[in-house]
Amino acid sequence: MRAHLPSYEMKTPASLHEALTLLANEPGKWRPFAGGTDIMVQFEAGKLAHRKFLNILNIAELKGITKDKEHLTLGALTTYSQLQANAVMRAEFPLLCQAGSETGAIAIQNRGTLGGNIVNASPAADSPPALVVYDAELELVSAQGVRWVAYPAFHKAYKKMDLRPDELLQRIRLKRNTAGAHQYYRKVGTRRAQAISKVCFAGVARQSKGLLSDIRIALGSVGPTVVRIPNTEAALNGKKLSSQLIAQARNNLAAEITPLDDIRSSAAFRVRVAQNLLEEFLCGIGSQN
Amino acid sequence: MDRPQALIGRAVERKEGRDKVVGRSKYIDDITFPGLIHGATVRSPAARGRIRGISFEGNMPWDEFTIVTAKDIPGHNHVALLMNDQPLLADGFVNHPEEPVLLLAHADKYLLEEARRCVKFDIEPWPAVFTIEESLARKELIWGQDNIFKSYLVEKGDVDSVWNTADFVVEGEYFTGAQEQLYIENNGIIAVANAQDGVSIWGSMQCPYYVHKGLLPIFKFPDDKVRVIQTETGGGFGGKEEYPTLISGHAALLALKSGKPVKIIYDRAEDMVATTKRHPARTRHRTAVSKDGKLLAQEIDFVIDGGAYCTLSPVVLSRGTIHSAGPYFCPNVRVKAQAVATNSPPHGAFRGFGAPQSIFALERHMDKIAQVLKLSPEEFRRRNFIKDGETTATGQVVKDKVDMQALLTKALALSNYHAKREVFTEQNQRSKIKKGIGFATFMHGSGFTGSGEKYLSSVVGIEGTAQGKVRVLAASTEIGQGTNTIFTQIAADALGVAGDVVEVAQPDTKFVPNSGPTVASRTVMVVGKLVETAATGLKQTLVQSGFLHEGYSSRQFEEAVAGYVKKFGQLKAFSQYKQPPDINWDDAKYQGDAYGAYAWAVYVAEVSVDTVTYDTHVDNFVALQEIGKVMHPVFAAGQIEGGVAQAIGYALYEKVVWKEGRMINNQMTNYIMPTAVDVPPIHVFFEEQPYSRGPSGAKGIGELPMDGPAPAILNAIENATGLSLNHIPLLPEDLMEAIHD
Repeated sequence: MRAHLPSYEMKTPASLHEALTLLANEPGKWRPFAGGTDIMVQFEAGKLAHRKFLNILNIAELKGITKDKEHLTLGALTTYSQLQANAVMRAEFPLLCQAGSETGAIAIQNRGTLGGNIVNASPAADSPPALVVYDAELELVSAQGVRWVAYPAFHKAYKKMDLRPDELLQRIRLKRNTAGAHQYYRKVGTRRAQAISKVCFAGVARQSKGLLSDIRIALGSVGPTVVRIPNTEAALNGKKLSSQLIAQARNNLAAEITPLDDIRSSAAFRVRVAQNLLEEFLCGIGSQN
Repeated sequence: MDRPQALIGRAVERKEGRDKVVGRSKYIDDITFPGLIHGATVRSPAARGRIRGISFEGNMPWDEFTIVTAKDIPGHNHVALLMNDQPLLADGFVNHPEEPVLLLAHADKYLLEEARRCVKFDIEPWPAVFTIEESLARKELIWGQDNIFKSYLVEKGDVDSVWNTADFVVEGEYFTGAQEQLYIENNGIIAVANAQDGVSIWGSMQCPYYVHKGLLPIFKFPDDKVRVIQTETGGGFGGKEEYPTLISGHAALLALKSGKPVKIIYDRAEDMVATTKRHPARTRHRTAVSKDGKLLAQEIDFVIDGGAYCTLSPVVLSRGTIHSAGPYFCPNVRVKAQAVATNSPPHGAFRGFGAPQSIFALERHMDKIAQVLKLSPEEFRRRNFIKDGETTATGQVVKDKVDMQALLTKALALSNYHAKREVFTEQNQRSKIKKGIGFATFMHGSGFTGSGEKYLSSVVGIEGTAQGKVRVLAASTEIGQGTNTIFTQIAADALGVAGDVVEVAQPDTKFVPNSGPTVASRTVMVVGKLVETAATGLKQTLVQSGFLHEGYSSRQFEEAVAGYVKKFGQLKAFSQYKQPPDINWDDAKYQGDAYGAYAWAVYVAEVSVDTVTYDTHVDNFVALQEIGKVMHPVFAAGQIEGGVAQAIGYALYEKVVWKEGRMINNQMTNYIMPTAVDVPPIHVFFEEQPYSRGPSGAKGIGELPMDGPAPAILNAIENATGLSLNHIPLLPEDLMEAIHD
């Protein structure tokens, strides 16, 4: 372990109220620590710059999965294992379950949280593409009250979010409107398990009378944040699937993503694999009907 | 008569297995001493240059730290190996990134890490070379007169007489990358030292006597003032062959200066960035063949990247050179081999030791020639397999009763090769997943190369204890591969007693003789035979002295041992290796009997190439080998399965990403080794043709499984996709480029 342990401090608030008060009084000083599955990696490597942490793992208000007719709502501390075990999740939001099942090892899935995956804001995270195509909404809580934001607009730039230093992510809400939709998720990692993604693709779409509609596509690891590709989607909506349409969609996609060369892969690979995944997604819609 | 059942050939319980499973085993980081402090290594940020200054920054209580530089070395500042060119601590100049420059020790290991970050080096950068090509082109002279650590020339027949008349001349160029050993337990050493008593070392290592030899010149101590004890070791794969000598030297220097026991434990990041890896290699083949598919001449140009210092590169080069022509008969062979210098950390020993590199090239090249000849890979090989009485590239007459034809027939049947080749060809036309099947045929020499075993002249002892047990005395280490258990099997069977009569001493240079390093697939075949002979000697002593009578039981044997020890004070027998007179090797010409025996193998790989993600997955694997004698069926299969998995990593996953001589993906999240779901079912089959000089006929198997998988996999990929790809690791990114170029 390369970190200098005595330089770090962690507080465990007794309640949500206490946590929010601390965040309000000393904004930016305390950083929330939930499962810690990413923070501990940086800590071990001696690269964790922030020194003061707020242990929120035991706060009851941030836990639990509830459902009503319209929504399924997940506490921010819902672990990857918990969300995979939920029957409504499995039936209606399989992409998020798949993302959870492909994140880290079982031990990480037992410890890592969906809220943590969101606010850690890694562009290579596995669950954000699924959350984007499900049009998830986030409930942010502070001493001043709560506000809801649409998830697809939450990530502003690399590691920049619509989240104030005095706020905690409390819940994630999903609209239960996926019945009958074609859904597709594929993570292309550096190996079949315990891998960080090189490209991650999530898509939902409907098709009636041979025409595509309600297409939502999101990708991870191809830009500074998870991205949706509105131009590619717009050019598909209302159209009939054909090889020409797919070829055009491939071209549109390449113009909408900005991947980089990095230690895990190359920009050229990411573009081409993203295009291949788009084609696989679209061909899947075709073969379903 | 209750004479116990023979243990050899049975899956007896692992000697130290229970202790490992329940956590009783003490690895080096589990061990401490009163007053122990922690040591850390401060390393060069530059690839090459002159050290202008060292500064101690930050708000650190520097006076509390023990600080060691090259100036503190009482004797010679080198790691004793072949050339003694590697300093223990850089003195004025650095030659690779992460080169050790300064050592720190402190009781608080957290503060120590903070302090390590606060030592800054001012280094005047010098131009450096980072690739085999740059080194061969002498872009910069970084080592000696020509950047070359060692070269060999093997000549058989006259290749130059063949080129003009041959029906075909086929050329090819093949590349293999570096690979990290990734033993589970990182490197670690504890040293205790003072001027009166000398140095004692405890640690994770393969070769206690290498460490012993390495410490003598550093301190100018006599032999008996250096003691080295191997602690329970969590894997080595060659990575703990030569490197622990350097860490031991560091820990001992800190211990001597501080007057306290010093522990140095590398974390994974340091172990990956700073310690040895498999040598990257470039192999060029030029081969003359007749139109009826006979090899006429092989010219092989084999170059390995040794890194910044010579270390073991000449020996790695040697094994790679000798294996480069494979299990084929060719009347004319020339192998030109070179180990060159680059400004990266020295590359070192790793399972296979040069052979996986040159065998990859040959087995890809054999498929290429077959294509030119419009023969199947199978048929072309069948026309060229070496037979009893024929000579290898070094002129060695093969005396193993090997039948490569039968081995190939069996492996192809076991893998259903012919049927699958047909089905895949048909299915691939309709699928985005392209399937293929390919194989490699190869052999691996057991024990040290050439006259190596003669120079080692290894010694094994066996002693009786007052309680009536016998204890095997050898420096050969248990590193997970089963040494303790197999020595027990051999000794127990030689003595005709139960396994619990036999103990295996912890390797400690104060008490065990030098049985040589635990490397080169030699522990069972060479050292095991010495165990057998020493045990037989001990038994003879007991019989001749009247303590033991033929037809004895285990219990009677124990009574005899106890009685003898009581009467005479001790009971010991030793055995020393003697090169058999019919094994001859000419070091100057590089000709003769390169190895006493070889293991022979045919490996078959089945792959799926996904044209959406460019991912190659190995779906199934058949490994058939002839190894003399299966000493322990579970361990033997385990060696093969582990080696195949490691070689799948070598072929498809494990890429060291270099930046100016430094590995930049030195974490297990970014250096990708295959997981359980990336490794296929591995079907292991053995044939046994006993080798007269191995215990119960055994030959070596530890390195063998590293050799064949990579070429078999790339041959399978060619079968699946039609792409001829000749470098590893072959990542999806590479496959994408190949498909779309």
